[in-house]
Amino acid sequence: MLTYEFFQNYWWLLISLLGAILVFLLFVQGGQSMIPCIKDQTQRALLINSIGRKWELTFTSLVVFGGAFFASFPLFYSTSFGGAYWLWMIILFSFIVQAISFKYRMKSGNVYGYKTYDTLLFINGIVGPVLLGVAVSMMFFGAEFSVNKVNILNTSVSTSISQWSSTHGIEAIFNAKNLVLGVAVLFLARVQASLYFINNIDNETFYKKQKKELLINTVVFLVFFLGFVALLLTATGIESNDGQFKEVEYKYFKNLIEMPYFFILFLIGVVMVLYAIIKTLLKSNYKKGIWFSGIGTILVVLTLLCIAGYNNTAYYPSLLDINSSLTIKNSSSSEFTLKTMSIVSLIVPIVIGYIWYSWYSLDKTKITEKELTDPVNEDKY
Amino acid sequence: MEDLMNVVDWSRAQFALTAIYHWLFVPLTLGLGIIIAIMETIYYRTKSEKWLATTKFWMLLFGINFAIGVATGIILEFEFGTNWSNYSWFVGDIFGAPLAIEGILAFFMESTFIAVMFFGWKKVSPKFHLVSTWLTAIGASISALWILVANAWMQCPVGMEFNPDTMRNEMVDFVAIVTSPMAVNKFFHTVLSGWTLAGVFVVGVSSWMLLKKRNIPHCYRSIKVGGWVGFAGIVLTLATGDGSAVTVAEHQPMKLAAMEGLYDGNHGQEITAIGIINPDKKPGDNLDPFLFDISLPYGLSILSNHDMNAFVPGINDIIAGRSFTPDGTPVNTVSYAERMERGKAVRALLTEYDQAKKDGDIAKMDSLKDSINKDFKYFGYAYLNSPEDAVPHVGLTFYSFHIMVILGSYLLVFLMLILFIIYKKQGFEAKPWANKLHYLAIASIPLVYICSICGWITAEVGRQPWTIQDLMPNSIAISAISLGSVQTTFFIFATLFTALLIAELCIMFKQISKKSKENLETVKK
Repeated sequence: MLTYEFFQNYWWLLISLLGAILVFLLFVQGGQSMIPCIKDQTQRALLINSIGRKWELTFTSLVVFGGAFFASFPLFYSTSFGGAYWLWMIILFSFIVQAISFKYRMKSGNVYGYKTYDTLLFINGIVGPVLLGVAVSMMFFGAEFSVNKVNILNTSVSTSISQWSSTHGIEAIFNAKNLVLGVAVLFLARVQASLYFINNIDNETFYKKQKKELLINTVVFLVFFLGFVALLLTATGIESNDGQFKEVEYKYFKNLIEMPYFFILFLIGVVMVLYAIIKTLLKSNYKKGIWFSGIGTILVVLTLLCIAGYNNTAYYPSLLDINSSLTIKNSSSSEFTLKTMSIVSLIVPIVIGYIWYSWYSLDKTKITEKELTDPVNEDKY
Repeated sequence: MEDLMNVVDWSRAQFALTAIYHWLFVPLTLGLGIIIAIMETIYYRTKSEKWLATTKFWMLLFGINFAIGVATGIILEFEFGTNWSNYSWFVGDIFGAPLAIEGILAFFMESTFIAVMFFGWKKVSPKFHLVSTWLTAIGASISALWILVANAWMQCPVGMEFNPDTMRNEMVDFVAIVTSPMAVNKFFHTVLSGWTLAGVFVVGVSSWMLLKKRNIPHCYRSIKVGGWVGFAGIVLTLATGDGSAVTVAEHQPMKLAAMEGLYDGNHGQEITAIGIINPDKKPGDNLDPFLFDISLPYGLSILSNHDMNAFVPGINDIIAGRSFTPDGTPVNTVSYAERMERGKAVRALLTEYDQAKKDGDIAKMDSLKDSINKDFKYFGYAYLNSPEDAVPHVGLTFYSFHIMVILGSYLLVFLMLILFIIYKKQGFEAKPWANKLHYLAIASIPLVYICSICGWITAEVGRQPWTIQDLMPNSIAISAISLGSVQTTFFIFATLFTALLIAELCIMFKQISKKSKENLETVKK
């Protein structure tokens, strides 16, 4: 049972789960994207202090997602990061400035002023989700690259294993299909942010404002999400059987049909997100929507990433050379490495356990205006 | 300009820039985390508010520093992919695992418990808070462990085999990678140097406050804890430095030779205590390597082999394949010219292997495997144009190593002196020399940073031109990106990091000044 294929599939599942958790945690970025809309400084402080206690988890999830991808599917890491250079660099720039902005914005001695940091948080709030969505979208709609591992033996021409189009990821950003998912991720993050604020902040004015935000963001999210689902289910994917690649029409739709458990998970996820939104909008003082919506988001994204890689699907289709497409099989680490890391991964439930406990301990007391105006409280942003 | 600085150099410059900026903040996180945890433990045991105030004072500075360390750290991980994509495939099977484990074991621990540490004072029990503070500090050290294991593996690749089918190196022995002497020494040497840095930082900041006559009891408390952590750190850093020298001598003799500016080695080799490198000196010529130097007899043989008669090869010896055991038996007899030939032969065999694979000629593939494995250890030499290409920048390696050693020795004396005075010279504030001591302590802060950075420059410049020692030179490790792209991102990073550093320093200085004026014998209620 514990074959090489098992470990490859297991790690794809873990990567998908990490990616799904990351998308859920992007509610921090969704909240940041709302900063300019909130002019009242107390309200803004409530918003920033609420997500400011969670930004490190989102940041860490991104780093771990990257590290785990590197370890388990190094050919993806090598091909995508080295190829879509500008796409990843812009994502990184936006996350660098996020890391310090929360901590520094209200500190004495802040030479750039809090408005600068708020602007940086806003930029990360928009750029992060959109471009991460673009990066993930390439896993369905492909990118212009080729891979030849023997290039490393070259003596006269480039020794680079992967070659990419000269625009190095810029072209992916301006690809309409990719942007549809990017915008959908952004508005999903904003929906999640509203649900999170409703749960985490004890303030009537803020609550009412977030309900309005929730409605608007939900409408925009649904338009783009349904657009993405339509594009995905009608897309032609690439399938690999024994190393032979071929294009398959409606590949992702077929994957859902051929792996019905993912179809069910996908539906459950969508229903949970919608349930959370509708109940929050309709029922006054209902504040637990974030949990349904969060779990639903994780299920949907998990399903999407699983159908991108399972069922012999190329999860990184090459638009230049079909045989260069990346699959779970041809891009993974060795069996020994996957097995070793699988042993380490057994600790993940403990990690999830202490994250949940710490989160619960900190959030059982909601953030209030009083807490933020208390002069004794120095641990605020 | 392109001739002087190509994509490889700019990629290296970008990585070096990121790493140096990152390392400005990480050691303080490593050491200050421990110091804060000790202070909070004392508070937890004594329930004395003064210790709570002192803990919170340093925790504030810890938080300011931590944020920027995180910001610079994310780039390093992703740069392996963005700028060194060939590397990511060639050794990703081995190198990626420590990074993933670092994330799972350490990053989540740090990011979860640091939130409890800052926001949990009134929301969790004192015991849970204390545990969170310790877990944040331990998480930082665990994080350092895995990234240092990865770095040590690049300097001394063990526990792997080359797989010609996948055209990459694959892990076969995880324990060997984690427990290699290079990794063990590097971990302790680096983390403990963080303790030293943080200890000196605490002593220096406290001395500034003493100079201003502010919160003297708080300063004494801080100096005692910081001084002890710093002292333990420097003693153990020096001890593990000794272990590092032995592993470098064994696995990276060229680096050791560059660290010492040694071109022609001997039995009972002397060590250069201080010197000025002759900039015109090249391998193989007859120029004196030094314009000026003071040496200690037998020093390098003792340092590198713990044997005063041991032979220490110089750069010319290593290139020529000339080295001996203490009893005179020749070892490491493969010259660099021969390594280049063997490396090229392996590369040609791999091309043949690939063709045989395409032809489905399994018998030929099997027959080639042994030959490939036999000399694969010289694979990287195939890409050198001359043996001299494998010599690192001697001046930079020599000076950074010697500055590190000199400053490290100074720090040992300095911290001993501080501990002696703080315990034995009650009321030393009234002494006429007290202010001079405070100035010395303040001046020691930049010195400890210089010492720390020099250590990394020695380690990384000294192993050039290798990304993976002997297996992969920088020239074949990089991504296929344009010079303009790397230059642009380099300058963006340089601007961003410098702006962040300015922001961090301004806030740090302001917070120290502001907090030092408050009463640190009690906490606000």
